[in-house]
Amino acid sequence: MTSTSVLSLVMPELILAVGALALLVVGAFGGDKATRTVSIGSGLVLIAAAVASGMGPLGVAFNGGFVADQASAFSKVAIYLMSAVAILLGEPWLRRVGNARFEYPVLVLLAALGMGVMASAGDLISLYLGIELMSLATYVLAAFQRDDARSSEAGLKYFVLGALSSGLLLYGASLIYGFAGSTKFADIAAHVAGGAGQGLVFGIVFLICGLAFKVSAAPFHMWTPDVYEGAPTPVVAFLAAAPKLAAMVLFARAVSQGFPGATEQWSQVVQAIAVISMGVGALAGLVQKNLKRLLAYSSIGNIGYALLGIASGTEQGVQAMLVFMVLYMIDVTGLFACILAVNRQGRSMDSLADFAGLARERPGLALAVTGLCFSVMGIPPFSGFWAKYYVFKAAISAGLWQPAVFGLVASVVAAFYYLRIVKTIWLDPSPGVTDAPPLDAKGVAVAAALFSFPLVLPALALLDPLAKAAAAAFGLG
Amino acid sequence: MIVGLSEYLTVAAVLFTIGVFGIFVNRRNIIVILMSIELILLAVNINLVAFSVYLHQVTGQIFAMFVLTVAAAEAAVGLAILVTFFRNRGDIAVDDASMMKG
Repeated sequence: MTSTSVLSLVMPELILAVGALALLVVGAFGGDKATRTVSIGSGLVLIAAAVASGMGPLGVAFNGGFVADQASAFSKVAIYLMSAVAILLGEPWLRRVGNARFEYPVLVLLAALGMGVMASAGDLISLYLGIELMSLATYVLAAFQRDDARSSEAGLKYFVLGALSSGLLLYGASLIYGFAGSTKFADIAAHVAGGAGQGLVFGIVFLICGLAFKVSAAPFHMWTPDVYEGAPTPVVAFLAAAPKLAAMVLFARAVSQGFPGATEQWSQVVQAIAVISMGVGALAGLVQKNLKRLLAYSSIGNIGYALLGIASGTEQGVQAMLVFMVLYMIDVTGLFACILAVNRQGRSMDSLADFAGLARERPGLALAVTGLCFSVMGIPPFSGFWAKYYVFKAAISAGLWQPAVFGLVASVVAAFYYLRIVKTIWLDPSPGVTDAPPLDAKGVAVAAALFSFPLVLPALALLDPLAKAAAAAFGLG
Repeated sequence: MIVGLSEYLTVAAVLFTIGVFGIFVNRRNIIVILMSIELILLAVNINLVAFSVYLHQVTGQIFAMFVLTVAAAEAAVGLAILVTFFRNRGDIAVDDASMMKG
């Protein structure tokens, strides 16, 4: 393979890497006055990378280390566009709180680059490097409000637990390398074809534990509530969306392309993690007063549903996971945009009580929150219903009806806390006046709400075949 | 006595376990947590290099080089976050990192 064809395969990542470095130089010379320029530049770089990954050639580069296939193209377009939304939400917010630094968009770009590598990882080395590139950028983003004690505590906790999870993942990767004799997923798959030995099973379990940390699946979720509560809200909107999709795609690729011969073993582990996540997400969310913390538990529960798709071990299951994650990302970004849009006397609000009586003051925003809550709850015809429909259908046709029934029960329990948000907004007396919502946050919130219904119906017609083609790239039955 | 693969793997497993326990059992100082993280990564490196020699391949050593590089970057980011934490709190005791609970 010639070097030009290799470079054309990694074009989206090249655009991101060169763009991030160039914008860093612009920021270093322009100082914080250049923040707006760097943000707009980062947004354009992300859109260019999304276009390049959507239109680019498919193939394998760097001796199997980097895979550009339907799955990576599908997820990269979603990841890069969601990262651009994170800049759109974050830069004006940071400006409002007086912390408009040019590092924010550059860090988002670097995180997006890491996520791109994760979505394309074809061996254990690029898997690890992608995860670390994303993680190191997101640790800093979580601690971005450096004068705020809660933000730096969130960053510290995220760092310590994230580094631990990388360690677990890496230990698993070293065992897999040792017992399979290669770091490439294809070679590992050939070695595992006749069944996995004890050392390999150990390695797979460690690898799955590390990945479960990154997608915040229970019982590896302990960082999630604290980071969601402490980190700046636009950063959380970013963390809750794109990195989750990247990690889920990596999860699906690692288990389906690396260990197709050991489906029995990993499917059981993933099923257990999925069931525990759905349970923890539903039950622990019931007692939360802080909206960001509540959404953290909601995300733990939702990752459980998405993992159910992977646990199915079928092409249909991976397709369901991809559809679920894309629809969920849009819902959760909309919910965080709603939190960003509600301010009282210039202070941002994140407790449930702050949202009381919103319906009288801001009916449009209240309708958006309500629609998004109904969607995450899974009420038809909102997007969350279709997402869950895909996952449960895939799980049941793979014979996993017990976890699927458990998931249905968990989503009924979780419906209680979403309904409590809706009730607070529409029925409780307001504690004061809200400020006019900033245009960026309100725009994203309304757009996400409109997507959750009715735009989801035409979008699904487009998303379904794309996700199907993407899932086919994993080569499952 | 001939030192074979299993001896190296045992040393690495012991170091890994010490590192994991160092994170969870340690209740005093966050710097100790950073040291524990380094210990975990070094245990992985021993594994990788031992396997690399055992398999007569260079891949494991290349992997170990990447791990070393990333570990340095990780320590830099970790210490930077720790400095902002210290500026806000004036202390780096583990028990202080408990503003958020529930």
